[in-house]
Amino acid sequence: MSEVVSAEIQTTHIIDLARAGRRLDGRGIDDWRPVTVEPGYVKSADGSALVHVGDTAVLCGVKLEIGKPFPDTPNAGVLTTNAELIALSSPTFEPGPPQPEAIELSRVVDRSIRAAETIDLTKLCVTPSEKCWTCYVDIHCLDHTGNLIDAAQLAALGALTHATVPAKRFGVGEHDYPLDVSHFPVECTFVRLGDRIVADPTFEEETAGQGRLTVATDEQGNVVAMQKGKIGAFSPEEVVETVERAFRHGDRLRNVVRGT
Amino acid sequence: MGYATWREPFVRVVPFAGRYSPKPHDVIVGIVQDVQKTFWLLDIDASRWAPLHTSGTPWEPGPGELDEFLRVGDAVLVAVENLDATGKIGVTMKGEGLGKLSGGTLAGVSPAKIPRVIGKGGSMIHTITQLTGTQVAVGQNGRIWVDGNPDGILRVRECLRIIETEGQRSGLTERIEGFLRSTGPTDDTGPHPPRPESVDRRGPDRFEDDPSGPDDSPSIPSDESHEGEGPWET
Amino acid sequence: MGNVGAKEIPELLNAEGRRIDGRKLDELRSITMKVGPLTRADGSAFVEWGENKVMAAVYGPREVHPRHLMQTSKAIIQCRYNMAAFSVDERKRPGQDRRSQEISKVITEAFESVVFTEEFPKTSIDIYIEVLQANAGTRCAGLVAASLALADAGIPMADLVSAVAVGKVAGRIALDLKKEEDNFGEADLPMALVPQSGRLVLIQMEGHLNRDELRQALDLGTKGCREIYDRMREALRAKYDTPTSAVSAGVPA
Repeated sequence: MSEVVSAEIQTTHIIDLARAGRRLDGRGIDDWRPVTVEPGYVKSADGSALVHVGDTAVLCGVKLEIGKPFPDTPNAGVLTTNAELIALSSPTFEPGPPQPEAIELSRVVDRSIRAAETIDLTKLCVTPSEKCWTCYVDIHCLDHTGNLIDAAQLAALGALTHATVPAKRFGVGEHDYPLDVSHFPVECTFVRLGDRIVADPTFEEETAGQGRLTVATDEQGNVVAMQKGKIGAFSPEEVVETVERAFRHGDRLRNVVRGT
Repeated sequence: MGYATWREPFVRVVPFAGRYSPKPHDVIVGIVQDVQKTFWLLDIDASRWAPLHTSGTPWEPGPGELDEFLRVGDAVLVAVENLDATGKIGVTMKGEGLGKLSGGTLAGVSPAKIPRVIGKGGSMIHTITQLTGTQVAVGQNGRIWVDGNPDGILRVRECLRIIETEGQRSGLTERIEGFLRSTGPTDDTGPHPPRPESVDRRGPDRFEDDPSGPDDSPSIPSDESHEGEGPWET
Repeated sequence: MGNVGAKEIPELLNAEGRRIDGRKLDELRSITMKVGPLTRADGSAFVEWGENKVMAAVYGPREVHPRHLMQTSKAIIQCRYNMAAFSVDERKRPGQDRRSQEISKVITEAFESVVFTEEFPKTSIDIYIEVLQANAGTRCAGLVAASLALADAGIPMADLVSAVAVGKVAGRIALDLKKEEDNFGEADLPMALVPQSGRLVLIQMEGHLNRDELRQALDLGTKGCREIYDRMREALRAKYDTPTSAVSAGVPA
């Protein structure tokens, strides 16, 4: 990683601002950048969504194919999530095998989708033990100006929400039909800046941050996944407060994804 | 993006934006990336890191003592001294107003917009600092050091954003002035913080106007008798 | 949680409120810790935690490999969590899978939050965690072992890091899940605590917890971590109060 050290005075300034309840781009501590979700961006995919969170841009494409169920889950389809931090999106990303950052991103997004039972995998079973749908969720980060996790997760949820099962193409049905999405988990990421915890961090804030906390909530009032990342620590009380904030943002963002 | 000019058989694009390409005497802001035995390596947002040798500073650290003067992550105001054939960029800290930058923060615009940030005879930067109660040092590499109260700094950033996105249009000074006058307090924003610890005022003045720059945009106010000479504006 | 299509779900909580292995909801599995079992490492520890067996070794501060990872102003921490092929029921393909890499990353970051890395610029502190036998909660057992190994290697830290997983079993919040509870439970929340500051340096979670359950889980986990922390301090005391030969007799296998 060709990481360039940013100036100490920048970091200090970002933390000083946060202490005063201010942020570099003029937002308040709990404000998000504008979020847009554009479903169906890629016609070659069975489902897709282009998500912008401010200038951060992430594209997710969903492809469904006929495969074989895993031996230990003969009555269920397969869901796999993969995120690529392609070198085009940031000077700090390099081509080559996925780095820990990309692996963490994939797994944190996957965890929210899986734990929330977003897709009822038993409905993806065609013939037990023999034939099932394999649902590939591929995430491409295009422009990284901070908070890739949430943008990627929204893109994945957006792509799944608007996906079609290509039954006709694979000869397992007369008609294609919409993919059945049962739950709508939304991930919200925060970083600590001094004694404040800010929502939807920018790249500069992530760099200055002293610990990152991601909380995924569903529409029924459950926390379904969490991940603390980066150097830093949170008290249990801070976790509880942050979870409340994640519920609030989650409800709003769910509506953006569902287009309501 | 840029203007294209044709000199057959070549096309040369004069960039509106792009990475900084150093020219001798440019005053720039560097960030220390590495500390070696006799020099520091600075990121200056150019194609390569630039070494700052101890001989180019007012200090005389012994071997292994460089850390006591500048550490990784420190920001410094330096001048480009020479460019050799291999592309190595030599910088120095000896010169009026050069030194370590303490307090404040860094903001940035693309290097091609720096003449716009400074304005005719320094008019733009003067307007910005006056109306925000800040102190500013402009690096030709697009990095700008700003100090003042948080509100003032945020308003300077907004001005830079306007210049970055609307820099091609005319009437920019009026636009900036309008923004600043419409957004609140202009002075009495608290005591000015001191200038960053600056060093070696005996050094030669290396900051002449860049003769190759566009006519309407001297890189640095050049009036030698002027208090705010060099890259500084208060 | 991985129970799609599974046939038999065992009774995880009986009428008396006892769990599958007879524990109460807030009860830890039995734990033994040995500090310094390995001779070549700068620091090491072996933890048996329920049916988990985890060894950790620390090397360093030492030269950084690969060189380009070197940081001028501080030591880097490189942690590698690895599961032996024979550590689980069905043989695991050797090497670092994505799960191992993610766990390595979050454990690294947990330690970077407490180790005084700036005292050793341009060096690397390498932590190796080998899971020899796995039965849920291996990342917490590994983290505890690594914490002891760091202390054994004399690496200066703000505090020992303690860890435990909390979860939801048959609708109740339970401490320190074992395999069946992890597989068939409704949530899993591994966490690591810096006891003196009361702050968490590792938090992960998967499953379903509502607000109240989450609060309960954090409380129970914090309490569990403090209990583990006391045991860790005892283990360190045991090593440094005992002649070296007596401790090295505890090397497994």
